Parts: sequence; C-alpha cells; structure tokens
Amino acid sequence: MPIQEETIEQVNLATSKYKYGFSTDLEVDKAPKGLDENIIKLISSKKNEPEWMLDWRLKAFEIWKKMKEPEWAKVNYSKIDYQDIYYYSAPKNTEKLKSLDEVDPELLKTYEKLGIPLNEQKALAGVAVDAVFDSVSVVTTFRKQLEEKGVIFCPISEAIKTHPELIKKYIGSVIPRHDNYFSALNSAVFTDGSFVYIPKGVKCPMELSTYFRINEKNTGQFERTLIIADDDSYVSYLEGCTAPQRDENQLHAAVVELITHDNAEIKYSTVQNWFPGDENGKGGIFNFVTKRGSCLGKNSKISWTQVETGSAVTWKYPSCILHGDNSVGEFYSVAITNNFQQADTGTKMIHLGKNTKSTIISKGISAGKSQNTYRGKVLMQPGAKNARNFTQCDSLLIGDKCGAHTIPYITSKNPSANIEHEATTSKISEDQLFYCLSRGLSEEEAVSLIVNGFCKEVMKELPMEFSVEAQKLIGISLEGSVG
Amino acid sequence: MSLLKIEDLYASIGDEKILNGLSLEINAGETHAIMGPNGSGKSTLSYVLSGREDYDVTKGSVLLDKKELLDIEADERSKLGLFLAFQYPIELPGVTGMTFLRTIINSSRIAKNLPELEGIELVKLIRKKAAELEISQDMLKRFVNVGFSGGEKKRFEILQMALLDPKIAVLDETDSGLDVDALRIVGKGVTNLKSKDRGMLVITHYQRLLDHIIPDFVHIMVKGKIIQSGGPDLAKLVEKEGYKSFLNGN
Repeated sequence: MPIQEETIEQVNLATSKYKYGFSTDLEVDKAPKGLDENIIKLISSKKNEPEWMLDWRLKAFEIWKKMKEPEWAKVNYSKIDYQDIYYYSAPKNTEKLKSLDEVDPELLKTYEKLGIPLNEQKALAGVAVDAVFDSVSVVTTFRKQLEEKGVIFCPISEAIKTHPELIKKYIGSVIPRHDNYFSALNSAVFTDGSFVYIPKGVKCPMELSTYFRINEKNTGQFERTLIIADDDSYVSYLEGCTAPQRDENQLHAAVVELITHDNAEIKYSTVQNWFPGDENGKGGIFNFVTKRGSCLGKNSKISWTQVETGSAVTWKYPSCILHGDNSVGEFYSVAITNNFQQADTGTKMIHLGKNTKSTIISKGISAGKSQNTYRGKVLMQPGAKNARNFTQCDSLLIGDKCGAHTIPYITSKNPSANIEHEATTSKISEDQLFYCLSRGLSEEEAVSLIVNGFCKEVMKELPMEFSVEAQKLIGISLEGSVG
Repeated sequence: MSLLKIEDLYASIGDEKILNGLSLEINAGETHAIMGPNGSGKSTLSYVLSGREDYDVTKGSVLLDKKELLDIEADERSKLGLFLAFQYPIELPGVTGMTFLRTIINSSRIAKNLPELEGIELVKLIRKKAAELEISQDMLKRFVNVGFSGGEKKRFEILQMALLDPKIAVLDETDSGLDVDALRIVGKGVTNLKSKDRGMLVITHYQRLLDHIIPDFVHIMVKGKIIQSGGPDLAKLVEKEGYKSFLNGN
C-alpha cells in the first residue's frame, strides 16, 4: 500500500526517526489499571459477550495465575508489572458504527497518517481493511462485497455474538489457553482482533488486511485473530502494526490462530513496525506473540511471511502443525534489529501427516548493538512418512557491536523423513560500501540495496501492494546503522 | 582549462608514505596513462582520487571542474562526475546487475536534476549499452560480480561507466585478469566512450592495454610521483626496456 509522499513528509516533521511515532488525542473509555477477575468481567460486559465467553476467559485467567513468565528466550528486559497496565482502552463513540462518517475524524486522520486509506472510494482496489485502535476494532471496509461471497471478515468481538458456533469450535483449538504464559494472558483479556471465515470452495476475492495501532499510554494490546479456511478455499491476509513513540515500554501479546481444511490455503503476511525504542534503547514495544496454524485437512497449506523491523523486544514463532497428509507449511522471515533491539524469532514445523512438506527461509539482519536470534524447531513425528523439511537461515551483520544467533532444534522420529538445514553468516564489508559509494550511492542507500538483496527470497513472497512499502521500511529501519 | 587538476598530492597509510607530491592535469577530451612498477602507488592514487577512507591525505589538492574533491565523500565525488573502474570489482551477493544499475542510474539522475527512469525506458538504455560491451541479458540477472569471470567483471565496470557518463574516468589496471578477446572488447568499449567532454586516466602496469586505448599522454610514476611524461612512445619504451632505466635515473 503506497504511503502518500505528503503524508510521509508531515509525519517526518512531527517525529524524528520513527515516522509512526505520533500519538492521537482522543477521548477514551478506559478501565482502571491492573488485572483481576473484575477487569475481565468488565471487558466481557463492555463487549456484551455471552456467558460462555466470560467463563472461557476466567478459566484462562486461573491458568495464567499459576504460570511463570518464560525466561528461555535470548532477550533481556526489565520485569513487566502486570498490575501497572491498562487492559481496556477504547476510543469513545465507536459503538455500532454503520459507516465511516460516524468515525471520529481524529481517528481517520491517524490512519491517513499511517498511509491506510479507510475511505472506501480511495482504498486500493482489492484490499479490505479492518483497523484495530488500542483494543477496539474501529472499522472494517468492503464488508458487503465479501458477504456476497459468503466470506466473513469482522471484528472477533462481533463474531462471538454473530457466529458463536464457529468461535466455540475453533477458538483455542490451535493455541490452547495453557499453551504458554502470554497465550493464557491473551485468552483472559483479549479485547478485539479480526475474525475471518472462508466458506467451502471460495477463493477470497480480495486481500484482507488488519492494521493494529497502540495509541494510549501504558496500555497493553491483546488482540486475537482467528482465520478459518474451509475445504478448497483460499485467502491472503496481511497485518500491519505501528505505535506512538513513548519512553515507557508497552506490552503487545497477541494470539493468532489459523485453520485450513482439505485443499485450503491461507497466506498470512505481517509487516511489523511497532515502535522499536530510541537509539539509546529507551521505550519501545514488547512484542510477545503466539502465532500458529493448523493444516487440519489433506493437501492444505499455510504460509507465514513476516517482515519484522520494529519492537524493542520480540518473542515470536509463527508455526505450522501439519496434520493433514500432503499438507505444506512455509515460513519466510526477515527480522531486522538496530540500536538496542532484541529479537528472538523463528518458527516451529510439526510434521504429523504423511508426505508433509515444510520450508523455512529466515533472514536476520543485525545492526547497532542489537541481538538477533533465530530459534526454530522441526519435528518429524512417527506418522510423518516421507515428510520433508528444508531450512535456510542466513544472518547479516552490520558493524561489530551486534550479535546474530541461530538455534535450530531438529528431531526426527520417522526414518523416511528428510531434513535439510543450511545456515550462513556474513557481514557488509567496507569494500562493498565503498564500491557502492564510488557509484554515487549514499551509505544508507548502499546498505538498503545490499540488505534488500539479502532479503529478496522473502520479500518476493509478500503481496505486491506491500512489498514496496516493506522495502522502504527496511531502508528506514537501518538509518544510521553505518558510519 | 583543466578538467582535473591534481596538485602536489601526498598520501599515506599509517607511517608509510605512498604518494609524494604528485601533480597532473587532464583537460577535457584527453586520455592520460599512468604507468609504473609494482608498489609505485598507482592503485593508491585511484583510491585517493575516488575517496576511499583508509588513506591519510597529508597535503595537496584535487580539483574537478574547480571543485575540491578532497573535502567531500566518495558518493559526492561520483555525483560530481568522477568514476573509478576497479582493478578488483567487489561482489554484491543478492543484488542483481539490473537492480544495481537501475539504482545507480537513478541516483545519478536525481543528482543531475533529471527525472528518474523507470520501466521499459530504463531497460532499453541498459540493454543498448550492454550489447555494445557484449554483455548478455543473462549476465544482468546474476548478482553483481558474483561468479563473474575476469572479463565479465571488467566489462561490467565499463558498462557502469557508460551509464553514469562521468566527466573523468579513472581506470585502475583494467587489463588485469583479461585474456586477449576480453581485452579487445574492453578496449573497444572504453575507446567508444572517449569524447571531447570527457577526460580519462588509465592506470596500468603493462603497455598492452595502451594498444587498445590509445593515450594522448603517458606518465611514468615511481615512488609516488610522476618522474617523466611524454607521448605514446614513452609506453613503447617501457615495453622494450622495462622500468629499470627510470628507476636508475632516480
């Protein structure tokens, strides 16, 4: 989605380097800080949820209270005080919006600054957008066209009321509440997110897209996304994320569950650009996200593509459980860290069915004083006859104060399975920079060129509309990384 | 009026003095050759001119069109119209030839206040110049200099020169690593780029390159400065007698 030049300029004026670092003054409806049963009940009642949903949340809260925050990732951060966070914050006047005219103009302006055209006339043909501001979905575009095809694309808070049978069946089916500390927390307090259902035999006629924005201070964002592709269906989904520039850290703990039935395919792309903190490591988002897809049906396919440039600390492993025979899992990732950013990211490919296939292409770029870790698991279960995995992990270092780490966990319980792992580490050399400079490119242009070349295999997996934006983002993220 | 004026240039790496008061003037339309034995500072001269940071320039001045180059960075020098064809071109894994050329062409066009070239127009321009240097479309799809033969690397350097259209081109040992056929193609390519507006500085150890790129002036460089200048015949003398006589004369 091209960002209008003018918008970029305006935003650049307003902020120093992180161009999404502005905040929006809106009247908000906020629950008090801290987390207990009453807050969960409040969130549930704000959403007018049915009883079963509240019970499900409260159970998750019980589970969470008994769990410990994980410490195995290669990341360091100051302890999070879970009682010092707002768990519910919503822009006022967002109840029952029927059209864009009813949306707070300040909010529309914010999305305009982000380069997201919510105005349907101006929207890029072929992209439907759901926008989540702090904890609430504010607007979903193109719903009518989608409904004609039987596609459901709406805020999950709405789906809980309108499609309870689907929610009851699938929520927590891929990532159970007790899966990990952050999934339990999310299950207790999630406030909104997107819900997608593609009926049998339908190829979704347009890209679906959600933009997440954390605006309020000290607010956690806990969105929950659930996508179900029924037999013989296809959908391509993209999420983008930004946040204002703030001195404190903010917590983002999302859960994304994908389910594909027989012959179905989900392509899930992420351009993650949460505020990474400033060049001294102050502020930035803690991004602790659980994403997992289940290829339930035979011949089904789930493909994750992520371009990760933001967040102070990232803890994220989009994974695939390959149940169905001949099912396919893919993970294409570019993770860039600069300054004091820390990323521990990768994937898990769990092969259960026969002839299942997975591909992992991970490109990690470290600059400044950042630490970038690839952590990936490939597991061939006894039933995974003739399963195959190919993994390629490449790390690129810029400067001599950053770190790149590759930690693969590989287990095969079926002798017919085939696993390949390749890894390289390289560095942008002075010679390469000088060569580009001598052709008239600035250091930043040179780094951007070399890094984009390094990431090409992943970038080509992004939907056309977003790859240009992602390329620019890579350049911006690495500003000041040399010299 | 001289296009490039190098005056009393001194440069060193650490304690080692490499250039020791080198002066040279090149007018538009002229091709100069600098010849010298190994270690005379030829490659250092090309790096110092183009702005590599590893060298300390302790004295002197380099004016291109009356603008001092020594005060500005390598990319700015390129934008002013200086080009260096590398002796050992650098590999850029992941960056295809086409992408690289598109990026440098448009960066240079922006500097010249020209509109950026896109799509078919750009491809046509690149293909035309590439064909003149017998560079295939296939080669442009490969990563810059990765797995290129010696001849391919040098032809790709000259292609960049043709596309950037510099005022002054410095060719550092362009004949190294070339077989006879490649030398002919490269020589022809460079000769085609001679123009009344452009100056060229050909740095070489051997005379053979100068059979393909005929210089107007030949300078002998020893121990970081020019000790003798003359016409093309001077190169023939080097070919016949080696550098010994020049060294002894010092």
